[in-house]
Amino acid sequence: MSDLRHPLAQAKGLGSAKDGTGHWWAQRVSAIALAFLAPWFAIFAVGLIGADVDTVRAAIARPWCAALLSAFVLALFWHARLGLQVVVEDYIHGWKELALQLLIKFACALGAIVSLLAIGRIAFSA
Amino acid sequence: MATPKRPLSPFMIGPYYRPQITSMMSITHRLTGLLIALGGFGLAWWLLAASLGGESYAAFQACMGSLPGKAALFLVSAALVYHFLNGIRHLFWDAGRGFTLPQAYASGYTVIVLSVLLTAGLWWLALGGVA
Repeated sequence: MSDLRHPLAQAKGLGSAKDGTGHWWAQRVSAIALAFLAPWFAIFAVGLIGADVDTVRAAIARPWCAALLSAFVLALFWHARLGLQVVVEDYIHGWKELALQLLIKFACALGAIVSLLAIGRIAFSA
Repeated sequence: MATPKRPLSPFMIGPYYRPQITSMMSITHRLTGLLIALGGFGLAWWLLAASLGGESYAAFQACMGSLPGKAALFLVSAALVYHFLNGIRHLFWDAGRGFTLPQAYASGYTVIVLSVLLTAGLWWLALGGVA
């Protein structure tokens, strides 16, 4: 017998952590999205330095800008959540780890929701 | 099981383990990731302030225009450039490319040099846009 693993375990492909490659893959997918979105955002943001609030709102409200900005915010907080989770898993243990993991999840979710609602308010009121 | 007192990663670097560009850049990737995550909440604040308008946006602009605000903005932008470039290096590794030691060193130095140049370019654009 060359493999001691049960055929069912092999078929499920989730490994000993029962988590599979989901986390790893999601981090790469969000990384690839950000590799395209981050340069766009950098140029977009630099163009708005020192601009008054009406100019900023008009720029954000443009359909493609609102869409790309929403995508950027979602990918950013998703990627941050996944990355911070790994850092905490590596260096912090015990109850502090649990507390920090919850804090990271809630904070990143809230950051994304606040950003999306703000983009929506600007885009739909323009 | 008894746990022997031994240096754990990353705290073995320095007294027990000579730092190399590969390990230092790996730690920097994490540190910059942490900084950008904090910057993400600054971005949420910017969007929120813009959606509220008026005084909220003025307060945001005053905060970002102050010296600590500018310093934070510079740090996060430099972190974003580094994490972006080194992230592409990581994606190539994930695809199984560039794993030999000379390649890892060459890509590492390339990322450092490009990070400095791109950050400088970004701020040249940013400061030129104001003038």
